Amino acid sequence: MLKIKSYVKVNSIAEAYELNQKKSACVLGGMIWLKMGNRNVSTAIDLSGLGLDTVQELEDEYVIGCMTTLHDLEINKSLDAFTQGALRESLRHIVGVQFRNCATVGGSIFGRYGFSDVLTLFLAMDTWVDLYQAGRVPLAEFVKMKKDRDILQAVIVKKTPLKTIYLSQRNTETDFPVLTCAVSLIGEQPRTVIGARPGCAMVVEDKEDFLYGFTEMSKKEKTEAARRFSEYAAENVPVGSNMRGSGEYRRLLTEVLTRRAWETLGGIEK
Amino acid sequence: MNLSFWLNGVYRHEEVEPDTMLLDFLREKGCYSVKCGCETSNCGLCTVLMDGKPVLSCSMLALRAEGKKIVTMEGMQKEAEEFGAFLADEGAEQCGFCNPGFIMNIFAMENELEDPTEEEIKEYLAGNLCRCSGFVGQTRSILKYLEYKKTKKREEAEE
Repeated sequence: MLKIKSYVKVNSIAEAYELNQKKSACVLGGMIWLKMGNRNVSTAIDLSGLGLDTVQELEDEYVIGCMTTLHDLEINKSLDAFTQGALRESLRHIVGVQFRNCATVGGSIFGRYGFSDVLTLFLAMDTWVDLYQAGRVPLAEFVKMKKDRDILQAVIVKKTPLKTIYLSQRNTETDFPVLTCAVSLIGEQPRTVIGARPGCAMVVEDKEDFLYGFTEMSKKEKTEAARRFSEYAAENVPVGSNMRGSGEYRRLLTEVLTRRAWETLGGIEK
Repeated sequence: MNLSFWLNGVYRHEEVEPDTMLLDFLREKGCYSVKCGCETSNCGLCTVLMDGKPVLSCSMLALRAEGKKIVTMEGMQKEAEEFGAFLADEGAEQCGFCNPGFIMNIFAMENELEDPTEEEIKEYLAGNLCRCSGFVGQTRSILKYLEYKKTKKREEAEE
């Protein structure tokens, strides 16, 4: 059961940061995951009065406030167009609209949850996090950082030309994913992300350059590159077992989803 | 702690503990339509409208309602009766326990989606679970209800 001794709706991030230095304090996101655990919180820090719940579109980037709800992201037309529907696809299977009106992007990203659809897709874009103390950090670095008492203010998505595809496998609609997969071309740079392994989402490095020059390839070459890279991904992405699926099932899914995603991104219709 | 908010159109000042969930608080205030189903944010039984948007009251601190407009089914009796008749006509209602959350989310959908398709309706209501049925009757009733509302609106505009 979640127990909270005091609740503070802060007036500034600086105030939130100061309060959050105490180990028993906790910054509230959407509270969906937080309230599921047994925890005694001395000070619950609420950022909801700071106007951090909007998506700002600037000339070269989107600045997504940490308190923006997942449903607000889902219905943002500009982000939907920028991601060619991949953002909406990554969000629409997460429980229901009511849930997504509570869950926040800050909570989803800062928590670095293994099951996160959101983290998987954002890793496939040129994404940065804006931390109060550490400043702007690439998301790919942030997911590897040790959790600390800093505060995530915003998620920044650079408007680097992007092509992206998002796929996930679920045992049943609205459940946690068994595996998530996002592939993208950030400019000409291919990127593949696998999440819900069930560990935290990770970028799969293409050490053998299977996908190098993907946009210039013929359809036959793209099909072959997708096949070879998906086999490589299945061999190299660490996966494990939990109640939703075995490691072996996840290994097979890694190969299938990676291949399908790259084929779709390459415009290859089966 | 002090909490000032609108509940079903009435501005209220209340005292609330920091860790009281909105669901428990609303039931304490007599809004028994708000049900506790799963407590894992999955079933949608506890759905209420906060500033017109559907939220899970089981997963939200009551203090987050500060300055907001909360609407439960007690505040939409007339509309609920109107839609309830469609549910009954289609035999969609069995135990009825999921109905309040389901109906509140339908009202939210009506506000958010214009002329939704069956597919869009199913997607919007995916977070409302009914363990008695397969959602067939509910879907029929929603489609008929939306058609009825559309016709009514058109007739009113013509008058």
